[in-house]
Amino acid sequence: MARSRFQLAPWILLLPATVLLVAFTHYPAVMTMVKSLYRLPKGSRPAKFVGTEHYVSMINDPVFWASLKNSMIYALGTVPMAIGLSMLMAIIVNSAIKGRSLMRMFFFLPTILPMIAVANIWLFFYTPSYGLIDQFLSLFGFEQHNWLGDPDTALGSLMVTAIWKEAGFFMIFYLAALQQMNPTLAEAAALEGAGRWYFFRRVTFPLLMPTTLFVMINAIINSFRLIDHVIVLTRGGPDNASTILLYYIYMVAFRYWDTAYASALTMVLLVILAGLAFIQFGILDRKIHYK
Amino acid sequence: MSGIEIRNLCKQWAAFAAVQDVSFEVLPGKLTVLLGPSGCGKSTTLRLIAGLEMATSGQIRIGGRDVTWLPPAQRGLSMVFQSYALFPHLTVAENITFGLDVRKVPKKEKKERLEYAAQILGLDALLHRRPSQLSGGQQQRVALGRAIVAKASVCLMDEPLSNLDAQLRHDMRAEIKSLQRSLGMTMVYVTHDQVEAMSLADEIILMRAGKIEQRAAPADLYSTPVSTFAARFIGTPAMSILSLADGAHGAVISGTQGPALFGGKGEGFLLGIRPEQIRDDPDGPIDAKVRSVDYHGADSILDCIIGDQTLQVRVEGVRRYGADEAIRLGWDPQAMHIFEAESERRVERAPLDFASGKKRPAARTARHN
Ligand SMILES: Nc1ncnc2c1ncn2[C@@H]1O[C@H](COP(=O)(O)OP(=O)(O)O)[C@@H](O)[C@H]1O
Ligand SMILES: [Mg+2]
Repeated sequence: MARSRFQLAPWILLLPATVLLVAFTHYPAVMTMVKSLYRLPKGSRPAKFVGTEHYVSMINDPVFWASLKNSMIYALGTVPMAIGLSMLMAIIVNSAIKGRSLMRMFFFLPTILPMIAVANIWLFFYTPSYGLIDQFLSLFGFEQHNWLGDPDTALGSLMVTAIWKEAGFFMIFYLAALQQMNPTLAEAAALEGAGRWYFFRRVTFPLLMPTTLFVMINAIINSFRLIDHVIVLTRGGPDNASTILLYYIYMVAFRYWDTAYASALTMVLLVILAGLAFIQFGILDRKIHYK
Repeated sequence: MSGIEIRNLCKQWAAFAAVQDVSFEVLPGKLTVLLGPSGCGKSTTLRLIAGLEMATSGQIRIGGRDVTWLPPAQRGLSMVFQSYALFPHLTVAENITFGLDVRKVPKKEKKERLEYAAQILGLDALLHRRPSQLSGGQQQRVALGRAIVAKASVCLMDEPLSNLDAQLRHDMRAEIKSLQRSLGMTMVYVTHDQVEAMSLADEIILMRAGKIEQRAAPADLYSTPVSTFAARFIGTPAMSILSLADGAHGAVISGTQGPALFGGKGEGFLLGIRPEQIRDDPDGPIDAKVRSVDYHGADSILDCIIGDQTLQVRVEGVRRYGADEAIRLGWDPQAMHIFEAESERRVERAPLDFASGKKRPAARTARHN
């Protein structure tokens, strides 16, 4: 008797969390999946099962492919840059230089600003001819340039904004990892004649690998997940040059109200994110930890 | 082989002087121990020699070469850290050969040196493990391995054994000593453990608050401490220090009537005497009372009261003492150390032969420092 009561207890304890998780994560995910297989109800006509129709039309949708390509470029550009920059900033503010607490604050500042505010700041930076960037470049004789209006620079401009916003946040993780490192390692290496670069390559960088993995996965997920700055800066334009996948989903769902097709697009995003999570927890985690 | 010479070395942190005017030399192939209580500047001195800190003033010479302002790698030395400083992501072999990789030593030679060190230290079977898969003693060996393959003639060690348990510490101590001898290393070894210092050192440099208190061979440090600090730092249990008073025939232990221990004034002087040099002797000249007994097995430490002061006595064997039991104590006149109370410095006094009651200056052979 005591046994059966004890088996019930854990389930009761898990119930609230399970309900929340199912109601707000699993159920919507499954419903999205289901919805992506139906055509939208129109007027009195109920939703009709169409199987993979949406997925087929996706294959023939040039905007989908453009947005997927943009997302890839965006991820491949922002993630390594944000990682490199945050690592560099962490190493700088971890060394014994003057004014390092001021620098820490300075580097971290973009993180505490909302993305909308960051995007507005950069909107000013990118303004043709009056903006900070054009004013600075004009000192060297460059002509004015419509950074956000030119298909060649729109996506790049978004990426720069995102890197600026994210690097400070990732710096905190690197800083924590660097402060965990035994300082006598650097002394032992200095005694052996290892230069800064050698020490970084052979010791610091490998020891930061677990952090890099964590930061990388978060940066990739963020690159698929954040579109506030797209809305403020370019609205995906010009000519879809800066439309990334989530922004396209947002447009399809809430501008064109084709929620069924948006569901199918969302499934693609979900599969990508699930694949990344699998790579992190299933493969890389085991290879990178040393203990 | 190269020796080390330190001249008037000072290190200042803001307003705090961690090392003040320290001078000493270590002859080639010798092992010098820097000994002293925690915070006295031992590690700072070692790190100055290594080049991990820069001197405020003074000079450091290694093998006759002035290295005071050279970076660590150009000083031709190896160092073993208290925390071992092993790279957690590298294997034992990679850890040992890290410095050889930095200096681009050819593969073949690297392999030979690694095999040599691994064989001396018994690490052959562990070369592919990571530090986290090793015991504390094995990690210690890897750190030693690094010093061996470096083939530097000067080796510095900062409390290398303090993270090990007592038995292992004892074994590793012997091993370090024999390594140092067989490789002919010039070694500076930092410890706060006087037993470790006594058993390892060719010479001990006892430090106190950033200065050298005494520099002597272990036996001399034990037999002729220059101050009450040096006297109490060496030996367990520590030397008892009693204040003296003027008696009718010379200095007596204060609070007693005699006997006179040496001629002249007693007031303003201190008597130091080691517990192991005092005898529980029914014919002894000194009256004492047992206050408590600390039983250790082969011997016991008695806390005794003489006059109004306490004194520790080591007695061997199994005799039991009652509380407040009156006993008589005796010691060799040569076992006494006399210090000036104000300066706490050693002074030489010819002891009287108080045990037999006759006045006879005993011949003293102890060196003056
Ligand atoms: N980097 C530093 N900055 C300021 N004070 C220091 C520093 N390193 C050591 N000290 C001080 O110098 C004194 C001697 O330290 P140390 O040489 O480490 O002593 P120990 O004899 O225990 O090895 C200590 O009082 C310590 O607080
Ligand atoms: Mg120390």
